[in-house]
Amino acid sequence: MAGPGAGEQAMEDERSFSDICGGRLALHRRYYSPYCLEFCLSCPRISLRSLTAVTCTVWLAAYGLFTLCENSMILSAAIFITLLGLLGYLHFVKIDHETLLIIDSLGIQMTSSYASGKESTTFIEMGKVKDVIINEAIYMQKVIYYLCILLKDPVEPHGISQVVPIFQADIMKFRQIKNCLLSSCFPHFTGWAVGLVRDHSQQSPVRPELAPLQAHTCAVQLPRVVGERARLHMDAAPLIRLLHSP
Amino acid sequence: MVLKAFFPTCCTSADSGLLVGRWVPEQSSAVVLAVVHFPFIPVQVKELLAQVQQASQVSVAVLGTWCHRRQETEESLGHFLEGLGALFSHEPWLQLCRERGSKSWSCKATRRQGPAPLAPVCEDQVMLVFYDQRKVLLSRLHPPAALPERQAGDATASAGGLAAVFDTVARSEVLFQSDRFDEGPVRLTHWQSEGVEASILVELAKRAAGPICLLLACLLSLISAASACRVLRPWPLSFIWSKLSTCEQLRHRLDQLTLVVSTHRAGGPTQLMRKANTLVSVLLDMALGLLLLSWLHRKDRFAQLAEALVPVADRVAEELQHLLQWLMGAPAGLKMNRALDQVLGRFFLYHIHLWISYIHLMSPFIEHILWHLGLSACLGLTVALSILSDIVSLLTFHIYCFYVYGARLYCLKIHGLSSLWRLFRGKKWNVLRQRVDSCSYDLDQLFIGTLLFTILIFLLPTTALYYLVFTLLRLLVVTVQGLVHLLVDLINSLPLYSLGLRLCRPYRLAAGVKFRVLEREAGRPLRLLMQINPLPFGHVVRIYRLPSCGCHPKHSWGSLCRKLFFGELIYPWRQRGDKQD
Repeated sequence: MAGPGAGEQAMEDERSFSDICGGRLALHRRYYSPYCLEFCLSCPRISLRSLTAVTCTVWLAAYGLFTLCENSMILSAAIFITLLGLLGYLHFVKIDHETLLIIDSLGIQMTSSYASGKESTTFIEMGKVKDVIINEAIYMQKVIYYLCILLKDPVEPHGISQVVPIFQADIMKFRQIKNCLLSSCFPHFTGWAVGLVRDHSQQSPVRPELAPLQAHTCAVQLPRVVGERARLHMDAAPLIRLLHSP
Repeated sequence: MVLKAFFPTCCTSADSGLLVGRWVPEQSSAVVLAVVHFPFIPVQVKELLAQVQQASQVSVAVLGTWCHRRQETEESLGHFLEGLGALFSHEPWLQLCRERGSKSWSCKATRRQGPAPLAPVCEDQVMLVFYDQRKVLLSRLHPPAALPERQAGDATASAGGLAAVFDTVARSEVLFQSDRFDEGPVRLTHWQSEGVEASILVELAKRAAGPICLLLACLLSLISAASACRVLRPWPLSFIWSKLSTCEQLRHRLDQLTLVVSTHRAGGPTQLMRKANTLVSVLLDMALGLLLLSWLHRKDRFAQLAEALVPVADRVAEELQHLLQWLMGAPAGLKMNRALDQVLGRFFLYHIHLWISYIHLMSPFIEHILWHLGLSACLGLTVALSILSDIVSLLTFHIYCFYVYGARLYCLKIHGLSSLWRLFRGKKWNVLRQRVDSCSYDLDQLFIGTLLFTILIFLLPTTALYYLVFTLLRLLVVTVQGLVHLLVDLINSLPLYSLGLRLCRPYRLAAGVKFRVLEREAGRPLRLLMQINPLPFGHVVRIYRLPSCGCHPKHSWGSLCRKLFFGELIYPWRQRGDKQD
């Protein structure tokens, strides 16, 4: 769907998807103006079941130790550890929702809000962004796709200095990336091809993270014009192309 | 590109007037610095701008008009403002308007498409970005990646988007010097228009800093001259000074203090931060040292320590003697070579006996020595900790000696064994070619060589056991000393002023910015609030870390194990490139 005209109110939209582990995600889109968009992705909440399971395990282990050692300090220590662990998890690990704010000719801002309310923001200026692509990575036994931003290298004009994944906490299924994120900007986005980018630094089976790349070893230099590859490259960067019209 | 108008939050409630600031054409952004109010004389405004431009190298100009009206029906003001566009021509001409008491803003940016005054005008899209002028002025941007050296020089010319905004505001300080109580010709509104910010304490400190720095600098130069004089040069003394970590620490502190009180102006903000960090670190060190001193004096701890020291040394020696007796018997059920065992055991026992006599000789003086050494704690906690480390190494000197004897013996044995093993196989080490070559030996050479080889190999377990025991003891002592040195290093290099600044004034150290979209109304331009994103604590420590003595172990675990296996002596840390014995 095309964006509304300048005279309308900010448009909001909400859809729900599932991530690679099966948890529920909710994508919330807001359209402030022709040159300002916001995507907000809410992660699955912390489930009561897993919390109860972890707490019971810790306390059973502590009780087992207590029967061996007859020292009641172990029980209080176990309670302390559980509380501190929960607080630390909520403050440092559990992300509640992630927001992507795109402002034309200013830049892209990514905010992660943790469950305890802490927010960590990164802002990338438009001048540093080279391209937005869909990258694939191998995670355990499957291939996952994620959206990422390529940053320009200050030394070499055609090189790439960093790959920044958007939405680090949740990896959406590929079809959903295509459908909701890209098509909301570029209505005629149709086909897609797998495997545009082979990024050798992402082969290890861990979550994709910020990976500094050497410009000459990255295969993301302009892809060769081979059928679907070129089409995906052109279609996969509508976020920037549309907003960056001179 | 969309036109971005950076507007200071302090001017949102100012009266109508002219917008003064800088236009950055590459990013199509207008940075508004101040608002000039009515009544004004255009010539005077232009003079003021020329002065500011000359003083600050920032191309300040009139960017447009600002209208803060009470109701919708103030038409005359509107027409008057439009007429000003002819007086101060600027492409594009910005017209910002706000209704008093409401949040609705409107902005227009017009551009003439041709040189003639009647050429058609076209309007650009405008986006308002509000920023806090005071915070942006005081903050310092830390770019995420270190630019290579050749680009750092022309960074100001090609400063990327937001760095240009920060740069503009920071360099236009001269524009913010006049406030509304001045009787100048032009009335401005900016962040300091309610009165220039200053603090009496800071001003007094600045006045007093000059003479105090001069005095301290003279004193420190006297001290460094005294320490470099020829009396302390001859070989035994200079050898001792280079070994003691206390002297190292004192020298380091002297260098730091010289840097702080030097009368040169700081080169840049980095230098200033370094000076401030050093000063705070030295002051904290001295405060902790004085605290330690007062605690030691309170319950006459010196006497207790002195009384406890000699029995502890005695106890250590006794334990060592027990250990040697155990080694001389059948340690862990192993059967040692009796003769070698007895020789080595008696040799080390005699050493311990000498050491104990020495400690007993010193015991009457220990309390006085400790008291005088304790006084040096007022120079800083790091000095006290270095003294502690030196005392530990002095008290365990015999363990160090035993380790050296054991290691040398073991090393000799290993080298002998390897060379005789080659002889056993009919090979030889070629020194010229640095490789193993075959060699034909005479019969008597082979005979003696084989005999020696067997002797050495049967004596190997004994030597190896002594070496193992003393190496473990030495490693224990080295670990304790290493922990103390780590603590000293931490106190030396932690940038406390920067951490305090990050805690109390987080906007001063900026990693970047963040934007927040403000309430949007239909038909009105987009409004954003730009806030400063502070630097994370880890980055603060990494960027502003003070250089320390550099007493870090230089070996990797692999090379350490290799050295231990071959019996080479290990020196856990090297101090400033001095070679130890």
